[in-house]
Amino acid sequence: MKNNYKDTSIIKQLMRDKFTLIACIVLFVIYFSLLFADFIAPYSKDFSDRNMSYAPPSKIFTINENGKFSLPYTYTYKREFDPEAMQVDYKLDRTQKYYLKLFPRGEKYKFLGLIPCSRHLIGVAPEGRLYLLGTDINGRDVFSRILFGGRISMTIGFLALFVLFPIGLLYGGVSGYFGGKVDMLMMRFAEAVMSIPSFYLLIILAAILPSNMTSIQRFILIVVILALIGWAGFARVVRGMVLSIKTQEFVQSAQAIGASRLRIILKHILPQTTSYVIVAMTLSVPSYILAESGLSFLGLGIQQPDASWGNMLKEAQEYINILYRPWLLTPGFLIFIAVLSFNLVGDTIRDVLDPKSKVR
Amino acid sequence: MQILIYILKRILQTIPLLIVVSLISFFIIRLSPVDPLAELKLNPSISKETLQKETERLGLNKPIYVQYALWAKAFVQGDLGVCSTGESVAGKLKERIPNTLLLTALVILLTWLVGVPLGILAAISWKTPLDRMLTVLTSIGMAIPSFFFAILLLIFAVKTGWFPVGGLTSYNFNEMNLLGKIWDITHHLILPTTVLFTISLAGLQRQMRANLLDVLDSDYVKFARAKGLSEFKVLYKHALRNAINPMITLLGFEFASLLSGAALTEYVFQYPGLGRLVLEAVLKSDINLVMASLMMGAVMLVLGNLIADILLIFTDPRIRTVNSKQ
Repeated sequence: MKNNYKDTSIIKQLMRDKFTLIACIVLFVIYFSLLFADFIAPYSKDFSDRNMSYAPPSKIFTINENGKFSLPYTYTYKREFDPEAMQVDYKLDRTQKYYLKLFPRGEKYKFLGLIPCSRHLIGVAPEGRLYLLGTDINGRDVFSRILFGGRISMTIGFLALFVLFPIGLLYGGVSGYFGGKVDMLMMRFAEAVMSIPSFYLLIILAAILPSNMTSIQRFILIVVILALIGWAGFARVVRGMVLSIKTQEFVQSAQAIGASRLRIILKHILPQTTSYVIVAMTLSVPSYILAESGLSFLGLGIQQPDASWGNMLKEAQEYINILYRPWLLTPGFLIFIAVLSFNLVGDTIRDVLDPKSKVR
Repeated sequence: MQILIYILKRILQTIPLLIVVSLISFFIIRLSPVDPLAELKLNPSISKETLQKETERLGLNKPIYVQYALWAKAFVQGDLGVCSTGESVAGKLKERIPNTLLLTALVILLTWLVGVPLGILAAISWKTPLDRMLTVLTSIGMAIPSFFFAILLLIFAVKTGWFPVGGLTSYNFNEMNLLGKIWDITHHLILPTTVLFTISLAGLQRQMRANLLDVLDSDYVKFARAKGLSEFKVLYKHALRNAINPMITLLGFEFASLLSGAALTEYVFQYPGLGRLVLEAVLKSDINLVMASLMMGAVMLVLGNLIADILLIFTDPRIRTVNSKQ
């Protein structure tokens, strides 16, 4: 492993591990489908059919009633109230077949946000309904909402990191480079932030957000809040690295030339921490995905009618829902798969960039 | 004696830390546009006098630094105010904190009992299929969102009926004898403990494995082996003692992440702990309760770190010598 470290590219080393390869493919598929969510989803995220609240996933038939193969088709559901059990049941309405069509016309959207388009990947005639993963309480298609919700859940972690890392780097850099009283004060403050249990801080910050914000404002503020939670721990590690880097000769020579302190920190010291930063970033994406989903699950993160994987799971809080409507749990499995893949990739990136570390 | 002075110093250091924590939390909460007494005003069972007293006590008509000073003075004297239901905050915390401590202590104990041996096992069978399998298993443990796992276990509990759903005690708890009570609490604790255990086990096992691998790579272990010591002695007499020290430092951090993880788990299982209390307080914007439980969370965390540091004095002779030289 060590011998051919130099002559193989990082990508190749990543791909050598079977688990990592699978994880990369999974992540690629997830992000690819999120990018083309408008096209892949049969419905938009707000499309709702009030008569179809909590409808189970559509059954798709490939063998028709005569026992012969047929093009895949589905039936719509009929709502029936069962007076004895006091509950609503969905029965298949077998009067009209709806064949699954490729590229049917549906709701209008902008392909990649630019090109107006109305074709979807898959669908049925407008009178029929295709619910691949059932519907939620408002009769909205869970499958479509998973695609749109994933856009938020899977990017919010990255965005938080892009806010957090510059803050942590600068804070740790200044603290470590200046040393002395500045260092002591800055580190005590960081320690105090770390002494508040992070999830408590998270929910409190989220709860003081005013409720009359637009969904974009809320999204941005949640990104900022997630970043506020994590910067302190990161800044401490950076400070430790800066303390050892600043004694090296190239820093002394920069000082001798008369470079400003800010320039030395930004141009000479911080670039030395790059490989640690990359490793720390890939390893902390999952924790932000989990934090966002937890927050939205509690109703403090992304709000209805917007979708995120966390707030879709909010409906699974009731026993009745989880017992009789198991399709509502799908976002949870997706969070699990995404986080697992990120962890596997992150572990391998660390092994490659930092061969000495053996945490794996 | 020197150890005592060190411990005392360490305890004194936590005081400024807690002051900064209280400043941060106080200003976050007060800068929010929420009226701290809104909920109290809406509650018809709260009398005008109580409201007036709270306004006086919090100094709401005075500038914010005066408010902080008033709050800090009352806090030090143990007066935490009333929550929006009219109960005293201190009483509520007294009821909830032991429950959270019970849950987290149990989880830490279990993860250490299982995680450390598993870490050792993985390190001595490094790069074998066993090690590989343990890595994959811990990855899975790390990836499950705690609340989602809790929901899955709830489905399991409801479907099989083997476990009580939510809470810490059954409705007829007061009529039980001592053994019955202990069993009842254990029965209720099994599911929340399983969730937190699964999630924190992974991190601990990996850390133990990494530490031991690092130590096994060091010169003195090679020397011990060259000397002809049995592998058992090398491992348990030389390597393990050094590999365990960083784990004790981690104990404090583990406690921190458990407090956070426990909040969601407590919420799903309706477990009467501190995490759920904070959450309910936040949702009702019950400022007194939020502030007090934030501080309690921070105190518990700081204490956890303190205990870890003190333990380290006893397990790591290097710290003792450094301190006695000072």
